[in-house]
Amino acid sequence: MTDTAWIDAALTSARPQAVGALLRYFRDLDTAEEAFQNASLRALRSWPQNGPPRDPAAWLIMVGRNAAIDEVRRKRRQEALPEDDRSISDLDDTEEELAERLDGSHYRDDILRLLFICCHPDLPPTQQIALALRIVSGLSVKQIARAFLVTEAAMEQRITRAKARVADANVPFETPGAVERSERLASVAAMIYLIFNEGYSSSGDTAETRKPLCEEAIRLARLLLRLFQSEPEIMGLTALLLLQHARANARFDAEGQLILLEDQDRSRWKKPLIDEGIALIDKAMRHRQSGPYQVQAAIAALHARAERPEDTDWQQIDLLYGALEVMQPSPVVTLNRAVAVSKVRGPQAALDMIEPLAARLSNYFHYFGVRGAFLMQLDRNEEARIAFDRAIALANTSAEAAHIRMHLDRLMRDSRPRDSKISKK
Amino acid sequence: MLYAILCYHDEDFVGSWSKEQDAAVMEKLGAVQDNLAKQGRLGPVARLLPTTAATTLRKENPPVVLDGPYAETKEQLLGFYIVDCKNLDEALDVARDLGNANPGGAYEIRPVGLFAPGGKMK
Repeated sequence: MTDTAWIDAALTSARPQAVGALLRYFRDLDTAEEAFQNASLRALRSWPQNGPPRDPAAWLIMVGRNAAIDEVRRKRRQEALPEDDRSISDLDDTEEELAERLDGSHYRDDILRLLFICCHPDLPPTQQIALALRIVSGLSVKQIARAFLVTEAAMEQRITRAKARVADANVPFETPGAVERSERLASVAAMIYLIFNEGYSSSGDTAETRKPLCEEAIRLARLLLRLFQSEPEIMGLTALLLLQHARANARFDAEGQLILLEDQDRSRWKKPLIDEGIALIDKAMRHRQSGPYQVQAAIAALHARAERPEDTDWQQIDLLYGALEVMQPSPVVTLNRAVAVSKVRGPQAALDMIEPLAARLSNYFHYFGVRGAFLMQLDRNEEARIAFDRAIALANTSAEAAHIRMHLDRLMRDSRPRDSKISKK
Repeated sequence: MLYAILCYHDEDFVGSWSKEQDAAVMEKLGAVQDNLAKQGRLGPVARLLPTTAATTLRKENPPVVLDGPYAETKEQLLGFYIVDCKNLDEALDVARDLGNANPGGAYEIRPVGLFAPGGKMK
Protein backbone atom coordinates (compact mmCIF):
# COMPACT_ATOMS: atom_id res chain seq x y z
CA MET A 1 0.00 0.00 0.00
CA THR A 2 1.31 3.47 -0.78
CA ASP A 3 1.86 6.02 1.96
CA THR A 4 -1.22 8.04 1.14
CA ALA A 5 -3.46 4.97 0.80
CA TRP A 6 -2.23 3.86 4.21
CA ILE A 7 -2.96 7.26 5.74
CA ASP A 8 -6.39 7.37 4.10
CA ALA A 9 -7.30 4.04 5.66
CA ALA A 10 -5.99 5.17 9.06
CA LEU A 11 -8.00 8.43 8.87
CA THR A 12 -11.16 6.62 7.81
CA SER A 13 -10.92 4.09 10.63
CA ALA A 14 -10.10 6.70 13.29
CA ARG A 15 -12.79 9.10 12.11
CA PRO A 16 -15.86 8.00 14.12
CA GLN A 17 -13.97 7.97 17.39
CA ALA A 18 -12.09 11.20 16.72
CA VAL A 19 -15.05 13.25 15.47
CA GLY A 20 -17.15 11.79 18.29
CA ALA A 21 -14.66 12.97 20.93
CA LEU A 22 -14.23 16.38 19.27
CA LEU A 23 -18.00 16.76 19.23
CA ARG A 24 -18.06 16.11 22.98
CA TYR A 25 -15.45 18.84 23.50
CA PHE A 26 -16.94 21.48 21.23
CA ARG A 27 -20.62 20.50 21.25
CA ASP A 28 -20.94 21.71 17.72
CA LEU A 29 -20.87 19.51 14.65
CA ASP A 30 -19.25 22.05 12.33
CA THR A 31 -16.45 22.88 14.76
CA ALA A 32 -15.80 19.18 15.42
CA GLU A 33 -15.71 18.38 11.74
CA GLU A 34 -13.44 21.31 10.96
CA ALA A 35 -11.10 20.32 13.80
CA PHE A 36 -10.89 16.79 12.45
CA GLN A 37 -10.25 18.15 8.97
CA ASN A 38 -7.39 20.26 10.29
CA ALA A 39 -5.91 17.33 12.17
CA SER A 40 -6.14 15.19 9.03
CA LEU A 41 -4.23 17.78 7.02
CA ARG A 42 -1.52 17.83 9.66
CA ALA A 43 -1.45 14.02 9.64
CA LEU A 44 -0.87 14.04 5.89
CA ARG A 45 2.16 16.27 6.46
CA SER A 46 3.52 14.69 9.60
CA TRP A 47 2.89 10.92 9.33
CA PRO A 48 4.91 10.23 6.16
CA GLN A 49 7.96 11.86 7.84
CA ASN A 50 7.58 10.81 11.46
CA GLY A 51 5.84 7.52 10.89
CA PRO A 52 2.28 6.83 11.97
CA PRO A 53 1.40 7.31 15.65
CA ARG A 54 0.61 4.19 17.69
CA ASP A 55 -2.92 5.41 18.31
CA PRO A 56 -4.05 7.47 15.31
CA ALA A 57 -7.42 8.35 16.87
CA ALA A 58 -5.79 9.76 20.02
CA TRP A 59 -3.35 11.78 17.89
CA LEU A 60 -6.14 13.21 15.75
CA ILE A 61 -8.28 14.11 18.76
CA MET A 62 -5.41 15.90 20.46
CA VAL A 63 -4.18 17.76 17.40
CA GLY A 64 -7.70 18.55 16.24
CA ARG A 65 -8.68 19.90 19.61
CA ASN A 66 -5.61 22.06 19.96
CA ALA A 67 -5.92 23.37 16.43
CA ALA A 68 -9.51 24.40 17.06
CA ILE A 69 -8.59 26.09 20.34
CA ASP A 70 -5.72 27.89 18.60
CA GLU A 71 -8.14 29.01 15.94
CA VAL A 72 -10.44 30.54 18.54
CA ARG A 73 -7.51 32.22 20.32
CA ARG A 74 -6.10 33.45 17.05
CA LYS A 75 -9.40 34.99 16.04
CA ARG A 76 -9.69 36.68 19.42
CA ARG A 77 -6.19 38.00 19.18
CA GLN A 78 -6.70 39.12 15.63
CA GLU A 79 -9.53 41.23 16.81
CA ALA A 80 -7.34 42.79 19.49
CA LEU A 81 -4.01 42.85 17.70
CA PRO A 82 -4.55 42.39 13.97
CA GLU A 83 -0.84 42.15 13.16
CA ASP A 84 -0.26 39.14 15.41
CA ASP A 85 -1.21 35.92 13.66
CA ARG A 86 1.29 33.53 15.20
CA SER A 87 -0.48 30.46 16.39
CA ILE A 88 0.42 28.56 19.50
CA SER A 89 2.09 25.18 19.03
CA ASP A 90 -0.42 22.37 18.65
CA LEU A 91 1.61 19.95 20.77
CA ASP A 92 1.72 21.97 24.00
CA ASP A 93 0.25 19.67 26.57
CA THR A 94 0.53 16.33 24.87
CA GLU A 95 0.82 14.18 27.97
CA GLU A 96 -2.15 15.56 29.80
CA GLU A 97 -4.48 15.31 26.82
CA LEU A 98 -3.40 11.81 26.00
CA ALA A 99 -3.92 10.64 29.56
CA GLU A 100 -7.44 12.02 29.45
CA ARG A 101 -8.22 10.24 26.21
CA LEU A 102 -6.70 6.93 27.21
CA ASP A 103 -9.00 6.46 30.15
CA GLY A 104 -11.33 5.68 27.27
CA SER A 105 -14.57 5.58 29.21
CA HIS A 106 -16.18 8.07 26.84
CA TYR A 107 -15.17 6.31 23.67
CA ARG A 108 -18.27 4.13 23.26
CA ASP A 109 -20.76 6.89 24.03
CA ASP A 110 -18.87 9.38 21.83
CA ILE A 111 -19.35 7.22 18.75
CA LEU A 112 -22.91 6.35 19.67
CA ARG A 113 -23.74 10.04 20.20
CA LEU A 114 -22.20 10.96 16.87
CA LEU A 115 -24.26 8.31 15.10
CA PHE A 116 -27.35 9.24 17.08
CA ILE A 117 -27.12 12.93 16.17
CA CYS A 118 -27.17 11.93 12.52
CA CYS A 119 -30.39 9.96 12.91
CA HIS A 120 -32.18 12.53 15.03
CA PRO A 121 -35.95 12.04 14.77
CA ASP A 122 -36.36 15.61 13.46
CA LEU A 123 -34.54 14.61 10.29
CA PRO A 124 -36.27 12.87 7.38
CA PRO A 125 -34.63 9.52 6.54
CA THR A 126 -32.83 10.74 3.42
CA GLN A 127 -31.18 13.54 5.43
CA GLN A 128 -30.22 11.10 8.20
CA ILE A 129 -28.41 8.84 5.78
CA ALA A 130 -26.67 11.68 3.97
CA LEU A 131 -25.51 13.24 7.23
CA ALA A 132 -24.18 9.95 8.61
CA LEU A 133 -22.27 9.20 5.43
CA ARG A 134 -20.76 12.66 5.46
CA ILE A 135 -20.00 13.01 9.18
CA VAL A 136 -19.35 9.47 10.40
CA SER A 137 -18.07 7.73 7.31
CA GLY A 138 -16.34 10.79 5.90
CA LEU A 139 -17.49 10.21 2.33
CA SER A 140 -17.20 13.32 0.18
CA VAL A 141 -20.35 15.18 -0.86
CA LYS A 142 -19.52 14.13 -4.41
CA GLN A 143 -19.40 10.43 -3.47
CA ILE A 144 -22.68 10.66 -1.57
CA ALA A 145 -24.39 12.58 -4.37
CA ARG A 146 -23.29 9.90 -6.80
CA ALA A 147 -24.65 7.09 -4.63
CA PHE A 148 -27.98 8.93 -4.27
CA LEU A 149 -28.07 9.73 -7.99
CA VAL A 150 -28.51 13.46 -7.37
CA THR A 151 -26.36 16.47 -8.19
CA GLU A 152 -23.58 17.54 -5.90
CA ALA A 153 -25.29 20.88 -5.27
CA ALA A 154 -28.51 19.18 -4.23
CA MET A 155 -26.65 16.90 -1.85
CA GLU A 156 -24.65 19.80 -0.41
CA GLN A 157 -27.92 21.56 0.33
CA ARG A 158 -29.44 18.45 1.90
CA ILE A 159 -26.49 18.05 4.25
CA THR A 160 -26.40 21.74 5.18
CA ARG A 161 -30.10 21.62 6.04
CA ALA A 162 -29.63 18.49 8.11
CA LYS A 163 -26.78 20.09 10.06
CA ALA A 164 -28.86 23.18 10.79
CA ARG A 165 -31.70 21.05 12.14
CA VAL A 166 -29.34 19.03 14.31
CA ALA A 167 -27.84 22.20 15.75
CA ASP A 168 -31.35 23.30 16.80
CA ALA A 169 -32.24 19.90 18.20
CA ASN A 170 -30.29 20.20 21.47
CA VAL A 171 -28.99 16.67 21.78
CA PRO A 172 -27.75 16.23 25.36
CA PHE A 173 -24.01 15.74 25.78
CA GLU A 174 -24.01 14.13 29.21
CA THR A 175 -23.19 10.45 29.39
CA PRO A 176 -26.51 8.75 28.61
CA GLY A 177 -28.30 6.50 31.10
CA ALA A 178 -29.05 2.85 30.32
CA VAL A 179 -32.53 3.48 28.92
CA GLU A 180 -31.43 6.40 26.79
CA ARG A 181 -28.44 4.42 25.56
CA SER A 182 -30.61 1.55 24.40
CA GLU A 183 -33.02 3.97 22.68
CA ARG A 184 -30.10 5.58 20.89
CA LEU A 185 -28.83 2.18 19.91
CA ALA A 186 -32.18 1.26 18.35
CA SER A 187 -32.35 4.52 16.34
CA VAL A 188 -28.81 4.09 15.12
CA ALA A 189 -29.47 0.47 14.11
CA ALA A 190 -32.50 1.62 12.13
CA MET A 191 -30.42 4.27 10.37
CA ILE A 192 -27.72 1.77 9.42
CA TYR A 193 -30.45 -0.47 8.03
CA LEU A 194 -31.73 2.50 5.98
CA ILE A 195 -28.28 3.14 4.54
CA PHE A 196 -28.04 -0.49 3.51
CA ASN A 197 -31.49 -0.50 1.93
CA GLU A 198 -30.70 2.65 -0.01
CA GLY A 199 -27.91 0.72 -1.68
CA TYR A 200 -29.68 -2.62 -1.86
CA SER A 201 -32.96 -1.54 -3.41
CA SER A 202 -31.27 -0.07 -6.44
CA SER A 203 -31.86 -1.39 -9.93
CA GLY A 204 -29.39 -3.28 -12.08
CA ASP A 205 -28.03 -0.31 -13.97
CA THR A 206 -27.27 1.61 -10.78
CA ALA A 207 -26.36 -1.30 -8.48
CA GLU A 208 -22.62 -0.88 -8.98
CA THR A 209 -22.76 2.86 -8.25
CA ARG A 210 -24.77 2.35 -5.09
CA LYS A 211 -22.92 -0.67 -3.75
CA PRO A 212 -20.64 1.50 -1.55
CA LEU A 213 -23.75 2.33 0.51
CA CYS A 214 -24.16 -1.36 1.38
CA GLU A 215 -20.48 -1.72 2.18
CA GLU A 216 -20.49 1.38 4.36
CA ALA A 217 -23.59 0.16 6.22
CA ILE A 218 -21.81 -3.11 6.97
CA ARG A 219 -18.73 -1.24 8.22
CA LEU A 220 -20.89 0.88 10.54
CA ALA A 221 -22.79 -2.20 11.76
CA ARG A 222 -19.52 -3.96 12.59
CA LEU A 223 -18.33 -0.82 14.38
CA LEU A 224 -21.52 -0.66 16.44
CA LEU A 225 -21.29 -4.35 17.26
CA ARG A 226 -17.71 -3.97 18.43
CA LEU A 227 -18.91 -1.27 20.83
CA PHE A 228 -21.89 -3.32 22.01
CA GLN A 229 -20.60 -6.87 21.73
CA SER A 230 -23.42 -8.55 23.64
CA GLU A 231 -26.44 -6.95 21.98
CA PRO A 232 -28.28 -9.74 20.13
CA GLU A 233 -30.20 -7.30 17.93
CA ILE A 234 -26.98 -5.62 16.76
CA MET A 235 -25.60 -9.09 15.98
CA GLY A 236 -28.83 -9.76 14.09
CA LEU A 237 -28.61 -6.48 12.17
CA THR A 238 -24.99 -7.11 11.17
CA ALA A 239 -25.79 -10.70 10.19
CA LEU A 240 -28.77 -9.56 8.13
CA LEU A 241 -26.72 -7.04 6.16
CA LEU A 242 -23.88 -9.51 5.58
CA LEU A 243 -26.22 -12.27 4.41
CA GLN A 244 -28.10 -9.96 2.03
CA HIS A 245 -24.94 -8.41 0.68
CA ALA A 246 -23.38 -11.85 0.10
CA ARG A 247 -25.87 -12.25 -2.77
CA ALA A 248 -25.19 -8.85 -4.37
CA ASN A 249 -23.24 -10.19 -7.36
CA ALA A 250 -25.89 -12.76 -8.22
CA ARG A 251 -28.91 -10.42 -8.10
CA PHE A 252 -28.65 -8.91 -11.56
CA ASP A 253 -27.83 -10.39 -14.95
CA ALA A 254 -25.53 -8.82 -17.54
CA GLU A 255 -28.38 -6.63 -18.81
CA GLY A 256 -29.15 -5.39 -15.31
CA GLN A 257 -32.32 -7.48 -15.02
CA LEU A 258 -33.31 -8.64 -11.56
CA ILE A 259 -32.68 -12.35 -10.90
CA LEU A 260 -35.00 -13.88 -8.31
CA LEU A 261 -33.54 -15.77 -5.38
CA GLU A 262 -34.44 -19.18 -6.76
CA ASP A 263 -32.89 -18.44 -10.14
CA GLN A 264 -29.63 -17.02 -8.81
CA ASP A 265 -26.31 -18.72 -9.47
CA ARG A 266 -25.49 -19.66 -5.88
CA SER A 267 -21.83 -20.19 -6.65
CA ARG A 268 -21.63 -16.39 -6.99
CA TRP A 269 -22.77 -15.85 -3.42
CA LYS A 270 -19.89 -14.69 -1.24
CA LYS A 271 -19.04 -17.44 1.20
CA PRO A 272 -16.98 -15.46 3.75
CA LEU A 273 -19.86 -12.99 4.21
CA ILE A 274 -22.34 -15.85 4.60
CA ASP A 275 -20.06 -17.58 7.13
CA GLU A 276 -19.71 -14.40 9.15
CA GLY A 277 -23.46 -13.77 9.02
CA ILE A 278 -24.29 -17.30 10.15
CA ALA A 279 -21.68 -17.11 12.94
CA LEU A 280 -23.33 -13.91 14.19
CA ILE A 281 -26.90 -15.20 14.07
CA ASP A 282 -25.79 -18.38 15.87
CA LYS A 283 -24.26 -16.21 18.59
CA ALA A 284 -27.35 -14.01 18.79
CA MET A 285 -29.77 -16.93 19.16
CA ARG A 286 -27.93 -18.11 22.27
CA HIS A 287 -29.15 -15.00 24.10
CA ARG A 288 -32.80 -16.01 23.69
CA GLN A 289 -33.89 -12.38 23.33
CA SER A 290 -35.40 -12.46 19.90
CA GLY A 291 -36.01 -9.34 17.86
CA PRO A 292 -36.93 -8.31 14.32
CA TYR A 293 -33.35 -8.08 13.03
CA GLN A 294 -32.48 -11.52 14.36
CA VAL A 295 -35.59 -13.07 12.82
CA GLN A 296 -34.91 -11.47 9.45
CA ALA A 297 -31.28 -12.59 9.64
CA ALA A 298 -32.39 -16.12 10.53
CA ILE A 299 -34.61 -16.14 7.43
CA ALA A 300 -31.73 -14.90 5.29
CA ALA A 301 -29.48 -17.55 6.86
CA LEU A 302 -31.92 -20.32 5.88
CA HIS A 303 -31.76 -19.14 2.27
CA ALA A 304 -27.98 -18.89 2.45
CA ARG A 305 -27.66 -22.40 3.89
CA ALA A 306 -29.61 -23.99 1.03
CA GLU A 307 -27.20 -25.18 -1.65
CA ARG A 308 -30.03 -25.49 -4.17
CA PRO A 309 -33.38 -23.64 -4.13
CA GLU A 310 -35.23 -26.94 -3.54
CA ASP A 311 -33.18 -27.44 -0.35
CA THR A 312 -34.70 -24.33 1.23
CA ASP A 313 -36.40 -24.98 4.55
CA TRP A 314 -39.64 -23.13 3.72
CA GLN A 315 -41.45 -24.57 6.71
CA GLN A 316 -38.98 -22.91 9.06
CA ILE A 317 -39.12 -19.68 7.05
CA ASP A 318 -42.92 -19.70 7.36
CA LEU A 319 -42.56 -20.07 11.15
CA LEU A 320 -40.00 -17.24 11.34
CA TYR A 321 -42.22 -14.89 9.33
CA GLY A 322 -45.01 -15.86 11.71
CA ALA A 323 -42.81 -14.72 14.60
CA LEU A 324 -41.96 -11.51 12.76
CA GLU A 325 -45.69 -10.83 12.18
CA VAL A 326 -46.17 -10.89 15.96
CA MET A 327 -43.19 -8.58 16.66
CA GLN A 328 -43.74 -6.18 13.81
CA PRO A 329 -47.24 -6.60 12.39
CA SER A 330 -47.18 -5.28 8.85
CA PRO A 331 -48.91 -6.23 5.61
CA VAL A 332 -45.49 -6.41 3.94
CA VAL A 333 -44.34 -9.07 6.41
CA THR A 334 -47.52 -11.06 5.77
CA LEU A 335 -46.93 -10.73 2.04
CA ASN A 336 -43.46 -12.20 2.46
CA ARG A 337 -44.82 -14.95 4.64
CA ALA A 338 -47.31 -15.82 1.92
CA VAL A 339 -44.44 -16.67 -0.43
CA ALA A 340 -43.20 -19.23 2.11
CA VAL A 341 -46.76 -20.47 2.59
CA SER A 342 -47.15 -21.00 -1.16
CA LYS A 343 -44.15 -23.36 -1.04
CA VAL A 344 -45.38 -25.26 2.01
CA ARG A 345 -49.17 -25.30 1.58
CA GLY A 346 -49.65 -24.30 -2.04
CA PRO A 347 -50.72 -21.17 -3.96
CA GLN A 348 -54.38 -21.22 -2.89
CA ALA A 349 -53.48 -20.99 0.82
CA ALA A 350 -51.03 -18.21 -0.01
CA LEU A 351 -53.59 -16.30 -2.07
CA ASP A 352 -56.15 -16.57 0.75
CA MET A 353 -53.54 -15.11 3.07
CA ILE A 354 -52.90 -11.99 0.99
CA GLU A 355 -56.48 -11.24 -0.14
CA PRO A 356 -57.21 -9.26 3.05
CA LEU A 357 -54.15 -7.07 2.38
CA ALA A 358 -55.50 -5.75 -0.92
CA ALA A 359 -56.77 -2.44 0.43
CA ARG A 360 -53.63 -1.61 2.41
CA LEU A 361 -51.21 -2.62 -0.33
CA SER A 362 -53.18 -1.19 -3.26
CA ASN A 363 -50.14 0.87 -4.31
CA TYR A 364 -47.44 -1.66 -3.57
CA PHE A 365 -45.58 -3.10 -6.52
CA HIS A 366 -44.62 -6.36 -4.81
CA TYR A 367 -48.20 -7.10 -3.77
CA PHE A 368 -49.32 -7.33 -7.36
CA GLY A 369 -46.20 -9.17 -8.48
CA VAL A 370 -46.69 -11.84 -5.83
CA ARG A 371 -50.45 -12.00 -6.37
CA GLY A 372 -49.93 -12.42 -10.10
CA ALA A 373 -47.47 -15.26 -9.49
CA PHE A 374 -49.92 -17.12 -7.20
CA LEU A 375 -52.76 -16.68 -9.71
CA MET A 376 -50.53 -17.91 -12.49
CA GLN A 377 -49.70 -21.03 -10.49
CA LEU A 378 -53.46 -21.58 -10.09
CA ASP A 379 -53.95 -21.24 -13.87
CA ARG A 380 -56.10 -18.15 -13.37
CA ASN A 381 -54.21 -16.48 -16.17
CA GLU A 382 -56.55 -13.59 -16.96
CA GLU A 383 -56.56 -12.44 -13.33
CA ALA A 384 -52.79 -12.94 -13.23
CA ARG A 385 -52.40 -10.69 -16.25
CA ILE A 386 -54.42 -7.93 -14.58
CA ALA A 387 -52.26 -8.19 -11.44
CA PHE A 388 -49.04 -8.06 -13.46
CA ASP A 389 -50.26 -5.04 -15.44
CA ARG A 390 -50.93 -3.25 -12.18
CA ALA A 391 -47.47 -4.24 -10.90
CA ILE A 392 -45.78 -2.75 -13.96
CA ALA A 393 -47.67 0.48 -13.46
CA LEU A 394 -46.35 0.60 -9.87
CA ALA A 395 -42.76 -0.50 -10.55
CA ASN A 396 -40.11 1.69 -8.93
CA THR A 397 -37.22 0.68 -11.14
CA SER A 398 -36.88 -0.42 -14.72
CA ALA A 399 -35.52 -3.77 -13.50
CA GLU A 400 -38.72 -4.40 -11.53
CA ALA A 401 -40.88 -3.60 -14.53
CA ALA A 402 -38.77 -5.77 -16.82
CA HIS A 403 -39.05 -8.67 -14.43
CA ILE A 404 -42.84 -8.53 -14.40
CA ARG A 405 -42.89 -8.19 -18.17
CA MET A 406 -41.04 -11.51 -18.32
CA HIS A 407 -43.90 -13.13 -16.39
CA LEU A 408 -46.40 -11.52 -18.74
CA ASP A 409 -44.55 -12.81 -21.79
CA ARG A 410 -44.66 -16.30 -20.32
CA LEU A 411 -48.39 -15.93 -19.72
CA MET A 412 -48.95 -14.81 -23.30
CA ARG A 413 -46.93 -17.74 -24.63
CA ASP A 414 -48.83 -20.21 -22.48
CA SER A 415 -52.23 -18.84 -23.31
CA ARG A 416 -51.75 -18.49 -27.07
CA PRO A 417 -52.35 -22.19 -27.97
CA ARG A 418 -55.55 -22.13 -25.95
CA ASP A 419 -56.67 -18.97 -27.73
CA SER A 420 -56.13 -20.65 -31.09
CA LYS A 421 -58.18 -23.65 -29.98
CA ILE A 422 -60.97 -21.34 -28.98
CA SER A 423 -60.90 -19.58 -32.34
CA LYS A 424 -61.23 -22.90 -34.16
CA LYS A 425 -64.45 -23.67 -32.37
CA MET B 1 11.21 -26.20 14.46
CA LEU B 2 7.73 -25.06 13.54
CA TYR B 3 6.86 -21.47 14.31
CA ALA B 4 3.42 -19.96 14.54
CA ILE B 5 3.36 -16.42 13.22
CA LEU B 6 0.34 -14.74 14.74
CA CYS B 7 -0.92 -11.66 12.94
CA TYR B 8 -2.17 -8.76 15.03
CA HIS B 9 -3.62 -5.59 13.58
CA ASP B 10 -6.23 -2.94 14.31
CA GLU B 11 -9.44 -4.39 12.97
CA ASP B 12 -11.02 -0.99 12.32
CA PHE B 13 -8.02 -0.10 10.20
CA VAL B 14 -8.03 -3.32 8.18
CA GLY B 15 -11.81 -2.97 7.82
CA SER B 16 -11.30 0.48 6.27
CA TRP B 17 -9.28 -0.86 3.36
CA SER B 18 -11.04 -0.63 0.05
CA LYS B 19 -11.67 -3.90 -1.73
CA GLU B 20 -8.78 -3.06 -4.08
CA GLN B 21 -6.40 -2.31 -1.22
CA ASP B 22 -7.35 -5.55 0.50
CA ALA B 23 -6.85 -7.54 -2.69
CA ALA B 24 -3.46 -5.89 -3.28
CA VAL B 25 -2.26 -6.79 0.23
CA MET B 26 -3.51 -10.38 -0.12
CA GLU B 27 -1.70 -10.71 -3.44
CA LYS B 28 1.60 -9.53 -1.97
CA LEU B 29 1.18 -11.87 0.99
CA GLY B 30 0.41 -14.65 -1.50
CA ALA B 31 3.80 -14.11 -3.14
CA VAL B 32 5.60 -14.53 0.20
CA GLN B 33 3.55 -17.67 0.90
CA ASP B 34 4.27 -19.16 -2.54
CA ASN B 35 7.95 -18.80 -1.90
CA LEU B 36 7.69 -20.67 1.43
CA ALA B 37 5.41 -23.32 -0.03
CA LYS B 38 7.90 -24.03 -2.83
CA GLN B 39 10.51 -24.78 -0.18
CA GLY B 40 8.03 -27.08 1.57
CA ARG B 41 8.10 -24.92 4.70
CA LEU B 42 4.53 -23.63 4.82
CA GLY B 43 1.90 -25.23 7.02
CA PRO B 44 -1.70 -24.09 7.45
CA VAL B 45 -2.53 -20.43 6.84
CA ALA B 46 -5.68 -18.86 8.29
CA ARG B 47 -7.34 -15.47 8.03
CA LEU B 48 -9.90 -15.18 10.81
CA LEU B 49 -13.32 -13.58 10.49
CA PRO B 50 -13.77 -10.29 12.43
CA THR B 51 -13.63 -10.52 16.22
CA THR B 52 -17.30 -9.53 16.32
CA ALA B 53 -17.97 -13.09 15.12
CA ALA B 54 -15.90 -14.49 18.02
CA THR B 55 -17.18 -16.15 21.17
CA THR B 56 -15.08 -16.74 24.29
CA LEU B 57 -15.48 -19.64 26.70
CA ARG B 58 -14.01 -18.86 30.09
CA LYS B 59 -13.06 -22.07 31.83
CA GLU B 60 -14.61 -21.21 35.11
CA ASN B 61 -16.79 -23.61 36.98
CA PRO B 62 -19.30 -23.70 35.41
CA PRO B 63 -17.75 -22.38 32.16
CA VAL B 64 -18.96 -18.94 31.08
CA VAL B 65 -19.65 -18.13 27.45
CA LEU B 66 -18.97 -14.51 26.48
CA ASP B 67 -19.49 -12.59 23.26
CA GLY B 68 -16.46 -11.26 21.48
CA PRO B 69 -12.76 -12.04 21.47
CA TYR B 70 -10.76 -13.11 24.51
CA ALA B 71 -8.79 -9.91 24.92
CA GLU B 72 -10.03 -6.31 24.65
CA THR B 73 -7.06 -4.75 22.92
CA LYS B 74 -6.37 -2.13 20.32
CA GLU B 75 -4.89 -4.80 18.01
CA GLN B 76 -6.74 -8.03 17.41
CA LEU B 77 -5.61 -11.50 16.33
CA LEU B 78 -6.62 -11.57 12.67
CA GLY B 79 -4.88 -14.69 11.40
CA PHE B 80 -1.84 -16.95 11.59
CA TYR B 81 0.74 -18.95 9.65
CA ILE B 82 2.61 -22.10 10.56
CA VAL B 83 6.12 -22.03 9.05
CA ASP B 84 9.04 -24.44 9.32
CA CYS B 85 12.20 -22.48 10.27
CA LYS B 86 15.65 -23.52 11.48
CA ASN B 87 15.70 -20.93 14.23
CA LEU B 88 14.19 -17.69 15.49
CA ASP B 89 16.26 -15.58 13.07
CA GLU B 90 14.79 -17.41 10.12
CA ALA B 91 11.28 -17.05 11.55
CA LEU B 92 11.89 -13.32 12.00
CA ASP B 93 12.99 -13.09 8.37
CA VAL B 94 9.70 -14.64 7.27
CA ALA B 95 7.79 -12.24 9.50
CA ARG B 96 9.73 -9.31 8.01
CA ASP B 97 8.85 -10.45 4.48
CA LEU B 98 5.20 -10.70 5.46
CA GLY B 99 5.46 -7.31 7.17
CA ASN B 100 6.79 -5.70 3.99
CA ALA B 101 3.74 -7.01 2.15
CA ASN B 102 1.33 -5.82 4.83
CA PRO B 103 2.47 -2.76 6.81
CA GLY B 104 1.24 -1.86 10.26
CA GLY B 105 0.22 -4.05 13.17
CA ALA B 106 2.50 -6.70 14.66
CA TYR B 107 3.48 -10.35 14.37
CA GLU B 108 3.91 -12.54 17.40
CA ILE B 109 6.36 -15.37 16.67
CA ARG B 110 5.67 -18.43 18.80
CA PRO B 111 7.50 -21.75 18.56
CA VAL B 112 4.99 -24.57 18.13
CA GLY B 113 5.07 -27.26 20.85
CA LEU B 114 2.72 -29.81 19.40
CA PHE B 115 1.41 -29.84 15.84
CA ALA B 116 -1.47 -32.15 15.00
CA PRO B 117 -3.04 -30.99 11.71
CA GLY B 118 -5.36 -34.00 11.56
CA GLY B 119 -6.34 -33.56 15.17
CA LYS B 120 -4.56 -36.75 16.28
CA MET B 121 -2.47 -36.06 19.35
CA LYS B 122 0.37 -38.55 19.57
